[in-house]
Amino acid sequence: MIVFYAFAAVAIGASLLVIAQRNPIYSVLLLIASFGALSGLYVMLDAPFVAVIQIVVYAGAIMVLFLFVVMLLNAPQEDTDMDERRPLPVHKGAMKFGGLLAAALAGELVWALTRSSDPGAFSGGATDSVAAIGRSLFTDYAFAFEVTSVLILVAMLGAVVLAHRDRRSRASRAAVGPVGNVLPQKP
Amino acid sequence: MPTLNHFLLLSAVLFAIGTAGVFLRRNLITILLSIEIMLNAVNLSFVAFGRAFGSTDGQIIVFFVMTVAAAEAAVGLAIVIGLFRHRESLNPDRFTQLRW
Amino acid sequence: MTPLFIAQIGLTLFVFFMLLNSAAVMVYVERKVAALLQQRLGPYLVGYKGVLQPLADVVKLMFKEELRPKAADAFLFALAPIISATCAFAAFAVVPFGAATTLFGLLDQPMRLQVADVNVAILVVFAISSMSVYGIVLAGWSSNSKYSLLGGLRSSAQMISYELSYALALASVLLLGNSLSLVEVVDQQAGTWLGFVPRWFVFLQPVGFVIYMLAGIAETNRAPFDFPEAEQELVAGYHTEYSSMSFAMFFLAEYINMVTVSAVAADLYLGGWHGPFLPESWGWIWFLIKVGAILFFYVWMRWTLPRYRYDQLMAFGWKVLLPLAVVNLLVTAAGVLYFQ
Repeated sequence: MIVFYAFAAVAIGASLLVIAQRNPIYSVLLLIASFGALSGLYVMLDAPFVAVIQIVVYAGAIMVLFLFVVMLLNAPQEDTDMDERRPLPVHKGAMKFGGLLAAALAGELVWALTRSSDPGAFSGGATDSVAAIGRSLFTDYAFAFEVTSVLILVAMLGAVVLAHRDRRSRASRAAVGPVGNVLPQKP
Repeated sequence: MPTLNHFLLLSAVLFAIGTAGVFLRRNLITILLSIEIMLNAVNLSFVAFGRAFGSTDGQIIVFFVMTVAAAEAAVGLAIVIGLFRHRESLNPDRFTQLRW
Repeated sequence: MTPLFIAQIGLTLFVFFMLLNSAAVMVYVERKVAALLQQRLGPYLVGYKGVLQPLADVVKLMFKEELRPKAADAFLFALAPIISATCAFAAFAVVPFGAATTLFGLLDQPMRLQVADVNVAILVVFAISSMSVYGIVLAGWSSNSKYSLLGGLRSSAQMISYELSYALALASVLLLGNSLSLVEVVDQQAGTWLGFVPRWFVFLQPVGFVIYMLAGIAETNRAPFDFPEAEQELVAGYHTEYSSMSFAMFFLAEYINMVTVSAVAADLYLGGWHGPFLPESWGWIWFLIKVGAILFFYVWMRWTLPRYRYDQLMAFGWKVLLPLAVVNLLVTAAGVLYFQ
């Protein structure tokens, strides 16, 4: 139980800091910490495969992609004046209304989750067999699996095409300069 | 022992934090990170429910959600790079006109 | 506080100290073997035949001044070597290095020589080694120097490219071993065919072994794939701005990653702790011999082959190694289906 609260506190704290941080690199690193805590929670839920896949895919690949983009765009300098001038870009009235709605939602959630007599304890039934997941994935969900692989292919092609720098004309190449690829062009 | 409700409450809180991040931050990369937080919160609910009902379906859906999140993050970041090259800013409020 | 629990804590500490010592031994072995390959003497002044040289190196590193560039991001600069070293040590936690033993009868139930027994051990090793990319990329970024940034980005791009081939080679041996747990894969390699050929997976998967070793060498940024640390081009790559113990942490992390890759290769392909002439509980001696052989091969490769240029390196990883790994997986799957 203490382990659950520890992981939950890390996950919530790190996520709050992610949205509160100014420097995007710290945001990315804090999100990685949050993913680590979630991975621990998955282990508690008897899902070791998902826990490891979370580290490999999310923390190890997607966040590396985010980190590369943040570094190449030199994003910390781009935290704009909008952010600096006003802490929150909404009016006071809207904030109060939003706060009221959030409090109402929180109250309803707490009420709904604590009034039921059955606390929803976990029944038996081991779900931690990777072989069972594999078997189900390749028989019942085989179509979804194949479609997902096509999706990844399309996403790869799309990302390469979208991020590609146009090197057609000499003028654009001259404007790019020696360093080139993603640094901002001076007008 | 943590019950199902504990995990669902945690998932709801994380989802709310992600939503707050999407609405309140004015930096494209932080918005994408908040979307990832939301997707993770949903993953947590899936796995918790899967465990509660004793089936592996929850984990399989999480597998697909992670794949889709990876694809979406890749394409989203490619778009961010393109936008940044054009306007040199990551503030979504700068991109208000439909003209390129 | 059962004896088993105490023994497990003792085992954890023992593995930790042994890894530190192995890094020290590797420093000496590398310099001595490099010297002998280049027909010179190498360290011979400190201690008998230079055996205390690593100790001298450590003392030197400890007494150097700990520098930090003024424009560097202090928190990330300090965090990066910690991430590298932690991931290097953590990856070895799930690697078994001996059969279940009762420690000469001290314990009432046998304890396996593995710090943490998880049944997805292969994936855990892969996951933790994919986290070690962060140490390098953060080191490159936070140093705020062009050599470091370029070295860091190149090194991390190389690592994530070769992770794919690494994972596919692991998947192929997984098909043979029928389990994600390293212990079960090793136990499947016990025994011999025809009485004298050991039942190792390297004979069933020679291409897979080559792919795994090449990907492992690229993952640990060792020659001939160590362009990001090339002295001629990049000063010292991502650890240019580090000195004293932070540099020692990176150094340590590199050697322990080498040891982990070798240990996993010995477990998955070379039969782990099984070997002739010795009873099961002394199998760790065979394990040490196999890991030592692979480490010697690592050092030999470094001082024999010239370094790959960066674009050649990436082309090799994506255009040669990855398709080969995929084909290997397909052939293995077909073989398993046919012969099951």
